[in-house]
Order: sequence, then C-alpha cells, then structure tokens
Amino acid sequence: MIENVDLTMVNWARAQFALTAMYHWIFVPLTLGLAWLCAFYETIYVKTGNEQWKNLTKFWMKLFGINFAIGVATGIILEFEFGTNWSNYSWMVGDIFGAPLAIEGIVAFFLEATFFAVMFFGWDRVSKRFHLFSTWMVAVGANLSALWILVANAWMQYPVGQAFNPDSARFEMQNIMEVILSPIAISKFTHATSSSMLFASLFVISVTSWFLLKGRHIKMAKRSIIVAAVFGILSSAMTFFTGDEHAYESAQLQPMKLAAFEGLYDGKRGAELVAIGILNSNKQPGDSQDPFSLAVKVPGLLSILANRSPGTFVPGINDLVYGNAEENIMGVTEKMERGRLAVENLARYKAAKKDGAQDHATAALAVFNDNKEYLGYGYLDKPEDAVPPVGLTFYSFHIMVILGTLFPLVFMAYLFFIYKDTLARQRWLLVPGTIMFFLGFIASQAGWIVAEVGRQPWAIQDLLPVTIARSNLTTGTVQATFFMFLALFTLLLLVEIKIMLKQISIGPEEN
Amino acid sequence: MFGNLELTTLQQFWWLLCSVVGSLFLFLTFVQGGQSLLWQVAKTDGEKALIINSLGRKWELTFTTLVLFGGALFAAFPKFYATSFGGAYWVWILILFTFVLQAVSYEFRSKPGNLLGAKTFELFLFINGSVGILLIGAAVGTFFTGSNFVLSEYNLVTWTNPLRGLEAAFSLFNLSMGLFLVFNARCLGAMYLVNNIDFSINPELEARLRKSTMISFICSLPFLLYVLISLLLMQGFGVDEQGVVSMVSRKYLTNLLAGPWILGLLLAGLVLVIIGVINTARTTRTGGIWFGGLGTVLVGLAIFFTAGYNNTSFYPSKVDLQSSLTIFNASSSHYTLTAMSYVALTIPFVLAYIFYVWRAMDMRKINADDAGRNGAY
Ligand code: HDD
Ligand code: HEM
Ligand code: HEM
Repeated sequence: MIENVDLTMVNWARAQFALTAMYHWIFVPLTLGLAWLCAFYETIYVKTGNEQWKNLTKFWMKLFGINFAIGVATGIILEFEFGTNWSNYSWMVGDIFGAPLAIEGIVAFFLEATFFAVMFFGWDRVSKRFHLFSTWMVAVGANLSALWILVANAWMQYPVGQAFNPDSARFEMQNIMEVILSPIAISKFTHATSSSMLFASLFVISVTSWFLLKGRHIKMAKRSIIVAAVFGILSSAMTFFTGDEHAYESAQLQPMKLAAFEGLYDGKRGAELVAIGILNSNKQPGDSQDPFSLAVKVPGLLSILANRSPGTFVPGINDLVYGNAEENIMGVTEKMERGRLAVENLARYKAAKKDGAQDHATAALAVFNDNKEYLGYGYLDKPEDAVPPVGLTFYSFHIMVILGTLFPLVFMAYLFFIYKDTLARQRWLLVPGTIMFFLGFIASQAGWIVAEVGRQPWAIQDLLPVTIARSNLTTGTVQATFFMFLALFTLLLLVEIKIMLKQISIGPEEN
Repeated sequence: MFGNLELTTLQQFWWLLCSVVGSLFLFLTFVQGGQSLLWQVAKTDGEKALIINSLGRKWELTFTTLVLFGGALFAAFPKFYATSFGGAYWVWILILFTFVLQAVSYEFRSKPGNLLGAKTFELFLFINGSVGILLIGAAVGTFFTGSNFVLSEYNLVTWTNPLRGLEAAFSLFNLSMGLFLVFNARCLGAMYLVNNIDFSINPELEARLRKSTMISFICSLPFLLYVLISLLLMQGFGVDEQGVVSMVSRKYLTNLLAGPWILGLLLAGLVLVIIGVINTARTTRTGGIWFGGLGTVLVGLAIFFTAGYNNTSFYPSKVDLQSSLTIFNASSSHYTLTAMSYVALTIPFVLAYIFYVWRAMDMRKINADDAGRNGAY
C-alpha cells in the first residue's frame, strides 16, 4: 500500500505523540482526581456551613484551575495530532475512531467548560446549591471525557466492532456498542480514573505535609488529609483491582504485551511471576540466554493472574514469535505470510475491479477475506519486529505495581497518626510525604508506557503497524514541530510549577 | 429513525451540523476579537482587568467549540480530517499553537510568580486573536480557492506545495476572508464587552468600545465585499452525477441562486450585523451582540452551505481535480453517520444548559470588584 516508509520520520512522529501525550498526562490525572476532592470538600462546606471548609475548598480549587488551564492547552494538540501526524491512520480508521472523539466533545468537554466558569466565578452569582452542583458537574464532565478518549484508545488495543471495507480500503464501524463496551475500554476507564483519584490524593498529602512541616495552616491541612487519605485508600484498592483485571485482559487479548511487561520469553505451564528483576540486556528473542541477570520470582502466580487458573500455559515471546504447535500458537512467520496474501490480494482486487474483471476480483477478494485478520503482519519485515521494546515495558510495569503497593500504606499511616493526633510530629513520614505526588506521577506515566509501548509495533493491534499509520511528511517538518512543542510545553510547565508553588506558599485564606 | 435515511441525506445532515458548529465558533470568536482589542481600548490596568475577566468567563466555550468542530469533522468526514490536517500541516499547527498560548494566558496572566509577566500573556492573547483567526479565515477560504494536494488510490494525501498550507495565506481571496474574520471578531468582541461590563466607573471605556464597534465594522467591509464579489464571479469546483469534478464558471453564484434560502441567510445575516453595530455604536443600548452574533452565525451558515451543498466540492484540490473532496466521497459510513446522529440528539440539551448557565452568570455585569478580587484573572 505504501512504499518507501521513512522510518526516521515515523519514529519522530512517535516521539512527538509520546511527548505531547505525556505532557498532557502530567496535568490530566490531577484534574480528574482533584475535581472529586473539590466536590467532597465543598459538599462538607455546604452541609456544615463552616466557612473554614469554604476557604479550604477555594484553596484546592485554585490549584485545580491552574492545572486545568494547561491540561486544556496540551489537549487541543492531541485532538488534531491524529490528523496532522497520523493522517493515514485517520483516514483508515476514522470511521470508528472519530466517533468517540466527537462524542467526547459533545457530552464531556462542554459540561466541563460550562460549569468550570460557575465553579470559579459563581460563588456570589448563583445559589450555594447550584454552585455545589456545578462543582460536581465539572468532576463528572472531566471523568466522562476520560471515558471517551479511553474508549478510543482501547479500540486501538483491541479493535472490535469493525470490518475492513475493501472498496474504500478502510475499516468501518459495525457496532458502536461493542466499541464502547469492549472489556479493554472498561478496564482502561476504571483503572485510569481510579489511579488518577489516587494521584490527586497523593498531591493533597504532599502539599499538606509541607504545611505541617512548616507549621502552617495546621487545621486546614489535617482536614484536607482526612478526606484525601480515606479517598486515597479507596482509590488504591480500586486501582489495584482494576489493574489486575487489566493485566488479565492483556494476557487474553494482547499476549505479546503481557509477555513483554513480564519479561517472559519461554512460555510454560504454571509460569512464575517476577516480583522484582533486572533484565539481561543482551537477550534476544530466540537465543538461549537467561532473560534475567537477577530476579525474585513467585512460582505459579503468573498463570493464576493471566488465566485465572493455576498450572495453565502462559505464552512467552518466543512462543508468540516462532509459534508453538504443542500449545496451538501460530507464529509471526506464518501470520506474516498470511498478511502478505491479504495485502497482495487487496491490490489485485482493486486492479481487477478497475479493469472490470469481475471473476478476478471475486477470487482475489476471497483470498483477502481468508487472511484479513493478519493484514497488519503483511507489512512487517521480520518476525522479531512484532516484539515491543521489552526493557521499557518491563521496568515501567514493575515500577507502577511496586508504587501501587506502597501508596495505600502511606495513606493508612497518615490516617493512623491523624487519629492519634500526632501527625505533625512524624517528620519521618511527612518529609517523604512531600514527594509522594511525584511518585504517583511516575506510576501514572509508567502505566501509559506499558500500555502504549507494549502495543508496538501496532497502531491498531494486528491490523495496522505505526509505519503505515503515518502522514506523508518530511522528517525535518516533524522534527521542527517536535522541538516547537518541546520548547513551548516545557516553558509552560515551568510557569505552572512556579505559579503553583507560589499559590501553595500563599496558602488558603484564614478567617 | 436515522437508520432508514439514505446515505446522501445523512451526509447532508452532517454537513449541516458541522456548519452549525463552525458558524457558532465564528460567533464565539468574539473572545478572540476582544483579546485583539485589549491594548487598544484599555488604558489602565483596571480596564484591562475588566476586559480580561469578562472574556475569561467565556474563552473556554470558544475553545471547546473549536475542539468539537475538529471532532465532528473527524467523525463525519474523516477524509477531510486526514487530508486537511495531514496535508495543510503548517497552517493547522500554527493555529493550534496560538490556541495553546491562549489557553494558559487567562489563568496565568495575573498570578504572582508567573515568570513571563502579564504583558507576555497579553501578547499571547493578542496573537491568538489576530494571527489565529487570520489563519482560520485563510483555511476557510481554501474551501473555495482549492488546495495543493493529490490523493492516492488508497486516499492517502500528498501535499504538493512545500509551505504545506501556509501558501493559502498568499491568496488575496483567502487573505481577505481571514482579515474579514479578524475584524468581524473585533466588532463582536466590542459588542460583547459593551453588553457584559458594568461601566459605572469607566464610562470612557464604554465610549471607546462603542466606537471601536463601528471602526472594526468599517474595516471589515472592504474585505467582506471583496470576498462576496469574488465569490459571485469566480469559477467553482462542481461535481457531476458520476462524482467527476470540474471547474464550473460562476459556480457559487449558481449555488446561491439555486438555493435562494441560502442567499436569504446571507442577506439576513448581514442586516443583523449592521443592526447590531448601529445599536451599539449609535445608541446606548447593550444588546447589539445578540444581533451581531446571530448575524454572524447566519453568514457563516451561508458560507459553509455554499461550499458544500448543490454538488460542490467543499475541499477542492487545485492540482488534481479528481482528488477533491465532496460531502459524498469524504464521509463516514452509513452506520457511523447514523450512530452519530443519535448522539447529536443530545446537542439541544447541551445548548440548553449552556444558555441557562450563561444567563445565571451574566445576570449581574462584571464590575471592578469582580476583576480585582483574589482569584480573578
Ligand atoms: C484519562 C483521561 C484522558 C486522556 C487519556 C486524555 N485526556 Fe484529554 N483531557 C482530559 C482527560 C484525558 C481531561 C481531564 O478531561 C482534560 C485535562 C485537563 C482538562 O481541562 O480536561 C482534557 C483536556 C483535553 C482537551 C481540551 C478540552 C477543552 O476544550 O476543554 C482536548 C482537546 C483533549 N483533552 C484531547 C485529548 C486527546 C485527543 C487525547 C488522546 C490522545 C487525550 N485528550 C487524552
Ligand atoms: C495521555 C496519556 C498517554 C500517554 C502518556 C501515551 C504515551 C504514548 C507513548 C509513550 C507513545 C509512543 C510509543 C512508541 O512509539 O514507542 C504513544 C504513541 C501513541 N499513542 Fe499514546 N499515550 C497516551 C494516550 C493515548 C491515547 C488516549 C491514545 C488514543 C486515543 C493514544 C494513541 C497513540 C498513538 C496514535 C500513538 C502513535 C503511534 C504509536 O507509536 O503507537 N495515546 N503514546
Ligand atoms: C497496584 C497494582 C497495579 C497493577 C496490577 C496495574 C496494572 C496495570 C496494567 C496491566 C496496565 C495496562 C497496560 C495495558 O495492557 O495496556 C496498566 C496501565 C496503567 N496504569 Fe496501572 N497498575 C497498578 C497500579 C497503578 C498505579 C498506582 C497507577 C498510578 C497512580 C497506575 C496508572 C496506570 C495508568 C495511567 C495506566 C494506563 C492506562 C490504562 O491502560 O489503563 N497503575 N496498569
């Protein structure tokens, strides 16, 4: 379909997407989570009528607003980037992929944008109750927007509800409910939103720990912590369960990704889970080296996590690349052959149709249809190309999970000492507490790296490699915009950090 | 309900919806217009704060409408989304860039510790209000003048001009369209501010705003006239029954005559804008923005309808006529358009709560107290 793929250009485009998406994701989790916390704080204010809760609410809202603005600024780039940098993708899957983006605009962004104005400027313009309602609507709107964009993203991981139309040479939607309710979409949404709630709770913990260390705004800090720690424990539990569910689904639907983030090369029955490990950096698929230079493993656990049943077979990278007849796994080599058949016969079909050779067209179409589920493999050069970068996915996954196990303990400690009323004296807890939000941020970014890098080389799993998804641009053009965004977003990030710190040091109004 | 409609009906319906969103966006560019007027009409920091705070309660709405315009085109006309954004790369990147600058400026401008200083953020707002709108206008202009692209057999776009879309700004027609939008936005911006601000302590600001309504309108006139007259005289990109695109003389004039109601929209829109301007500049009334706004929406609709309906290519290619996009060859499948039509049923609810919130928030006008307090922009 496309000759002369310029790999450098594709890689720059990928880097640019990663850059802009990761910048966006610096601000998004805080927006998603802090919106709920603001709503809780304001609800307590409205219920108790206590002005101190109002000041506390306003303080967190101000930080929310600063963050929100830059979240919006980085988001608009992504909305159009599918067109600018991935235009072939946009045409080939726009029939399906465009829908959630449009729905997001209609049902979510306007909710957020409209009620945001009330939340910030409506304190003395609308009734107390309507103001509270607006704050809740901002939280609902933000999380709804997460739903739709994650539906879109989940579809790239697991393309359901679609069929390839050989006449238009693109994928078309067959069932929108399948797209929306795909299991990956559901676990992405629940996991991304609960981890964002967790992240926002960590943010509150960090800011208030600093207040306690400085001996400022003690009462306000403790009040904020009680709500945030409870919310943090609940969202940690949700993050944990949804994350586990997500891993199970990856194992079932994207086994290559699971093998990569577990560093599993040779599949086996009763596979062990790597708790902590250091990869052997020389390891290549197909060779006989040990994948790990150091690893702590839990026997049998991976089979339970991946298949929900002990002793079952979990395929490794080698099984998936080279095939495993015993376990009935088709290798990439065979998939590539079938993919090539699909690609060739699509071209044949088009040519025959143009010439009006109906018989030829029908024959070619039949071969195409037999092989179309491997379409994307037809564009790979060698079987090993189907393996995502193992190191990055492996470490990201393990960092995320380790941190995910740590966070609930932190919240519990805070709650415990608040209950004992000795929190302000626990420097050993408060000092590391101030950087908790940063660890949360690392976990959250790591999660996306697992999800996106682990999906490589596919833009659409099995159907469309990123090399085909790209726009027809020169490397120089993409590089230029990459650096433009890098410079602009970095500048804006610095400004935001500076403003945030200033607002935090000013602190809430006291009366 | 929608599932039984013909594909062509759905395509026309979705061009209608995209046109409505696009036209509402043009109305909402009063925010950008206000931004570009800031330094001209505000003489003191207090006046600046009033203007910024008044616009700052609305900027998100404009921004989100632009996002929705992109999303709706992606869902309904993905070939346009792919061709235009992937092809006319630099125009869109620069437009987006100005909107990134805008999005942070309100929130950051007056916050202590903002590194760059208030002036820089005001400059960002000005760039968005001028360059941003000008380029959007130029991009809209290419609906009539055509662009430089070729689509392959697999509909993949190759752009044939190294400027990648920026060349649009070098056509007199597109440039006029852009400048018209810039001045129209300023005109709307002034009318909005007159409506939204409590001038009891700044009567001079009110006088300046009322005056700049008229000035902006007069400045917009030559560009508007140039656009309209060229439109009536120029060749257009027609499509025949087989989908073959060819140059047709006086195509857009023909479109207007074939759809007299479109001509009606255009004229009614212009009259409403003029009423709004006179209302604001020559009387003490404050409702001009509603006339100007509705007028702009009607003119916008007329422009989009002329470009897309009556067998016309709405995104034509100058270099390869047969690559041109029409609402028929660029659209999503019947299934997707149907599904999206059901989603579109929520739009009236969205408009309703926006309207409700707007009213509740604007019941009392913005005064110096709103602009000066802690937390204001
Ligand atoms: C899980 C959540 C999530 C994810 C994965 C993304 N976003 Fe986002 N986005 C949000 C959650 C969010 C949000 C929380 O709703 C934001 C962040 C800050 C804000 O104000 O709204 C937002 C803002 C935001 C805006 C500005 C909206 C406005 O006008 O108010 C756009 C255009 C996008 N996003 C588009 C995207 C695209 C195209 C993405 C994919 C590549 C994407 N976002 C990933
Ligand atoms: C906001 C959180 C996100 C982050 C941090 C993120 C991260 C990344 C990273 C690191 C890459 C580069 C992978 C590589 O090339 O090795 C990437 C690529 C990509 N991601 Fe995401 N992603 C996010 C959200 C999304 C969403 C929600 C979508 C779809 C709606 C998406 C679609 C893509 C696409 C199209 C690419 C480019 C093609 C590719 O390289 O796969 N991403 N992203
Ligand atoms: C505690 C145990 C956790 C487990 C078992 C877990 C598991 C997972 C898995 C399997 C993925 C999916 C990758 C894919 O297949 O696409 C994922 C993604 C992700 N994780 Fe976690 N995770 C955990 C904790 C966390 C924490 C603490 C955070 C952040 C605070 C977090 C944030 C994310 C994000 C943002 C994504 C990408 C979005 C998505 O794919 O849902 N996770 N996680």
